[in-house]
Amino acid sequence: MELIRTTGLAIGAAQKTVARGIDITLCRSEILGVLGPNGAGKTTLFRTILGLAPAHDGDILLGGTPMAQLTRRKIAHRIAYVPQSMSAPFPDKVSDYVLAGRTAHLGPFAAPGAADRTRAASALAALGITALADAPINRISGGERQAAMIARAVAQDAPALMLDEPDAALDFGKREHLAQLLQGLATQGYGLIFTSHDPFFIERVADRVLTIDRQGHCRSGRADEMITDAQLSALYGIAEHDVRQARRGRRAETGIGRMSRMDASA
Amino acid sequence: MLVAGLVVLAVLLLGALIGPYHLPPKDVLRLIALGLSGQETSGPQATVLFNIRLPRVLAAALVGAALAVAGSAYQVTFRNPLVSPDILGVSAGAGLGAVLGIFLGLPVLAIQGLSFASGLGTVALVMLVGRAVGGRAETLPLVLCGIAIGALAGAGISLLKVLADPDDQLPAMTFWLLGSLAGIQRGDVWLIVPPMLLGLVPLFLLRWRIGVLALGEDEAKALGVDTRRLRWLVIGSATLITSAAVAAAGTIGWIGLMVPHMARLAIGARFDRVLPMSLILGAGLMVLIDTLARSIATTEVPLGVLTAVIGAPVFLVLLARRNTGWN
Repeated sequence: MELIRTTGLAIGAAQKTVARGIDITLCRSEILGVLGPNGAGKTTLFRTILGLAPAHDGDILLGGTPMAQLTRRKIAHRIAYVPQSMSAPFPDKVSDYVLAGRTAHLGPFAAPGAADRTRAASALAALGITALADAPINRISGGERQAAMIARAVAQDAPALMLDEPDAALDFGKREHLAQLLQGLATQGYGLIFTSHDPFFIERVADRVLTIDRQGHCRSGRADEMITDAQLSALYGIAEHDVRQARRGRRAETGIGRMSRMDASA
Repeated sequence: MLVAGLVVLAVLLLGALIGPYHLPPKDVLRLIALGLSGQETSGPQATVLFNIRLPRVLAAALVGAALAVAGSAYQVTFRNPLVSPDILGVSAGAGLGAVLGIFLGLPVLAIQGLSFASGLGTVALVMLVGRAVGGRAETLPLVLCGIAIGALAGAGISLLKVLADPDDQLPAMTFWLLGSLAGIQRGDVWLIVPPMLLGLVPLFLLRWRIGVLALGEDEAKALGVDTRRLRWLVIGSATLITSAAVAAAGTIGWIGLMVPHMARLAIGARFDRVLPMSLILGAGLMVLIDTLARSIATTEVPLGVLTAVIGAPVFLVLLARRNTGWN
């Protein structure tokens, strides 16, 4: 089933269009990684698809319905957003933070009821953070916050999830955990779009990749076709030789990761 | 919350018991029971209780509840624990209206009316200017406009104080600006109830959604909340109840800033719980402070002085006892 489709989408801030001709199709169980240098428009693309910023051109269909015909509430039924970091100014409990994901399913004057609390609890369980339910969100680790933010999106019961740099604050072990988690969500039927600064994390997780370069040109394709030395070299403006170096460095890092795990078991 | 509610009821009764005219607890309860059952009451005791003591205690409860609720709503909407209800200039505006009323020698009711209208008008002006200067969704330009226009109103107040008759008008102005419930009459209570209800009801009905605003513009929208409409509604409602409170009792600081924190320390950060808890605590604290204000000295102590003298240390102790860590 088709969750998100953009055709000829142009995005930008205020008057300035930063990228155009973006064609995205996201179906259930699919993972799309968005890759591009800083300032190319990844965040703007997210905000546009979420209806937070106006499209400069083109169409966005959510579940087959044009964005313009959808209220905030209806958009929230179709897409859940996982921000890059938590920004709550008051220290909510983790369970209450996740409960906010139910807002789009409540009447305007209603507060969450027993069914909503059950859904939030099952989202916590799905992310493996049931034990943190009563912990204040400002007292848990970065990885746990990440899990709480994803749990909130899961509690929202939208078929598509958009995650903004979910791997940004995570160490190697937590990234691997996140990779498996995202693939697990896709297996359950969610369609996922995420951004990352790490092409190799995208290669590890995504089925398809959209790249946006500094000139605002967009390309998309299968992950193995897109994350090549030549493509990365063109995208980031560095020599292919340097991309290969980076890949080798990554392999070494992975090796160190394995060794340290062996050390730990020894 | 139930416990807090019962404690506040006890404080209300205590407020009704204390005063220069001795009213034994037994008689107070009997008279209230008679009054509630709709029977005629007469005699000096009834006069003191129903015309002086109870109106004042009820007005204190309403004003405290109003300021605390408005403070909690403003703090969530502006996503800042340091925000108090006068952030958008409502107190300064209402103060200017009242001082102008005193300067012109208007009757008390007209002073209160002018103060109420001037408080609302100031915030309306802040929102208009903020929108023109800073665009639609931004709260920071709005706050800065509130500070600027509040400063203008403050300048107006200072000017009127200089021009006022130093023997008659100036003390009245000073006393009003420091807050007092000394002039409250039975009819005043009924006058401030409608605007307060008009502001309180939407805040209560929308309490869950208002809590989601704390997550920020983008996240709240992505969770399905129409943030712009909701934000205007919250500001309008909170301003309405603050204006009513300030018009009745003068500018009383601290309650609107401090009580929401006390509520959060007591029951956690969820706004749909902080709101009723702020209402209860605000009412109780204000009655307590007002009872002190009229009984610790032979002349009335201005409320604004007492809220700060009592509020600041209590607040610091609460902070020290529980490390709240707002990131």
